[in-house]
Amino acid sequence: MRQVVSPLDYSAWGARLGLLLVGLTAFLIAVNLGAVDIHGLDWLQVFNPQNGYEGASYVLWNIRIPRALLAITVGAALGVAGALAQSLFRNPLADPGLLGVSAGASCSVAIGIVIFDGFRFIPTEELRVWAIPVFAFLGAIAVCFCLDYVARVISPGSIAGLLLTGIALNALAGAVIGLCTYLANDEQLRSFTFWTLGSLASARWMMVGVLVGAIVIGWVWIRTLLQDLNALTLGENIANHLGVDVSHLRTKVIVLVATLSGLAVAWCGMIGFIGLMAPNLVRICLGSDQKRVVPYSAGVGAILLLIADTIARTIAIPAEVPVGIFTALLGGPLFLILLRQYRSRLD
Amino acid sequence: MNNLSHTGRRRFLCAMAAIPMAWLEKPAWAERTQATLGRQRLICIGSAVTEIVYALNASNLIVGVDTTSIYPDAARTLPSVGYSRTLSAEGVLSLSPTQILCTEDAGPPVVIRQIQDAGIQIRRLPAHHTFTGICDRVIAIGQAIHQQTRADQLKLQLQQQWARIEDEMQAKPFPSTTPRVLYIHSMNPSQVMVSGQETNANAMIRYAGLRNALDGFKGYKPLTPEAVIMANPDLILVTDQGLQAIGGRSQLARLPGMERTKAILRQKIISMDAVYLLGFGPRMPDAVLTLHRQARTLLG
Repeated sequence: MRQVVSPLDYSAWGARLGLLLVGLTAFLIAVNLGAVDIHGLDWLQVFNPQNGYEGASYVLWNIRIPRALLAITVGAALGVAGALAQSLFRNPLADPGLLGVSAGASCSVAIGIVIFDGFRFIPTEELRVWAIPVFAFLGAIAVCFCLDYVARVISPGSIAGLLLTGIALNALAGAVIGLCTYLANDEQLRSFTFWTLGSLASARWMMVGVLVGAIVIGWVWIRTLLQDLNALTLGENIANHLGVDVSHLRTKVIVLVATLSGLAVAWCGMIGFIGLMAPNLVRICLGSDQKRVVPYSAGVGAILLLIADTIARTIAIPAEVPVGIFTALLGGPLFLILLRQYRSRLD
Repeated sequence: MNNLSHTGRRRFLCAMAAIPMAWLEKPAWAERTQATLGRQRLICIGSAVTEIVYALNASNLIVGVDTTSIYPDAARTLPSVGYSRTLSAEGVLSLSPTQILCTEDAGPPVVIRQIQDAGIQIRRLPAHHTFTGICDRVIAIGQAIHQQTRADQLKLQLQQQWARIEDEMQAKPFPSTTPRVLYIHSMNPSQVMVSGQETNANAMIRYAGLRNALDGFKGYKPLTPEAVIMANPDLILVTDQGLQAIGGRSQLARLPGMERTKAILRQKIISMDAVYLLGFGPRMPDAVLTLHRQARTLLG
């Protein structure tokens, strides 16, 4: 066994500082890169708008900055949701997708686009923009209630039961999506396909605000659960003996996972890989103490998505490439490198 | 850094100092907008829209197109704003357009909103599968780019051409009953997508004096092999791009259910360029005639 000591191990401060520096650099690069050229004067105008925003400062304030911040908040939400799901199932492959949350959101969006014909009955464009996010969120939450019901009534106290429920819900949602795909006309099929590819193009300040709120409130709540989640890594029975109320803990975690990933999916469609990747990266580098894994997963998720989205919107200027391609392209190799480096810690 | 010579270091320091200076220069955006004041800058989304603007001799106004705008060849050299349903607000704005002409499918809606909020005029042209729809589009685009006279001329030309084509088709009808055509949209062996009613392919087939071999459903749908055998079309219509994807005409017979149809047994296959056949731009009357003539050549 070759013991590799990573510099990050010397102190948690090193890791924090490192993440913060990388994140800040990525953010600065993200807001300065894009199809529209930005210069110092535009920045001055953003911070000191004399007569409203126009030209490049308009792009900065209304499009680029909210988009970078949305990438950070969505990445953080997905990272945390993934970390929570993995610690609940004690399975490094668990993510919101495994629980069926993403499939539930997709399923209701498919119904909205095909059965309700893209919400054409909604009179104003203003309200129509909201229809799909609301539908996606409701789908995610519906799955969450199903899971919770199963966890309490059908197979109380069993996490394996929950996992199987997730798989069953995924299959059901898949069937409904398949049916909608069959019924869809050309146009509906395309809009649904592009929704599933995921995109941060719809970024607005309001979304950033809601997500920041959700993450802050979520974090206050999550902090109280971390100790119990640590106990849970030893197994359900042992956690019970240690005084952890496993079924309560499970309900709370499910609600958190559904809300965080539901919000992310609602506005940005399906962005895969972040929820799976971020917690694993953190675990490989910093070990599996939940008190570290959950917050650092937020940081790593945020940085990964920010970098991926920056590449997605700048690589084919003036066109845009789906962001999901780059989350996988970035995460995959990074993951393999780390695996090689720290293989001794996998057990 | 240690081995930098003095001059090298000085040059390096100068370069470092130049970065903030360059950064504080006049923004390119402002320059470009000033330079282009008074001149229209169009982004065309949808192959038909682009072709109409070219047909109005106004191609010098176009600063960007979408991925479907591949005709005329000159359009391919223009900056591409990507696929019409996944536009990027910043990408579109970076071309400093004054107006965007697009078909109904341009999106996503949020991005369209962002572009409108930035003060860019967006003109959406309603979807259609008719000849009159093309004339309406010509007039609407002519008004949008202040070329009404040219638009009226183009409309008149199209109508005259259309009348000639109708005359030719009526003069020489098909010998027996109306031939039945199966249009194959995508030819993935596991899922053959064909055209039902209310599609652009169906409209082209009917305009060319032919009949869609499939009734009873709308849009493009996957087809069961048995339904192909039942429909037993006289002709098969495909796109060049679709044929290329499966590796040529010889592969058509391998599609499930296709082998025993009249069209395959007698090799009655018509293949046309996808944008030409389905684009419903100014070349549409021409495409209808081509389809009609090819069908007549094949069926005698």
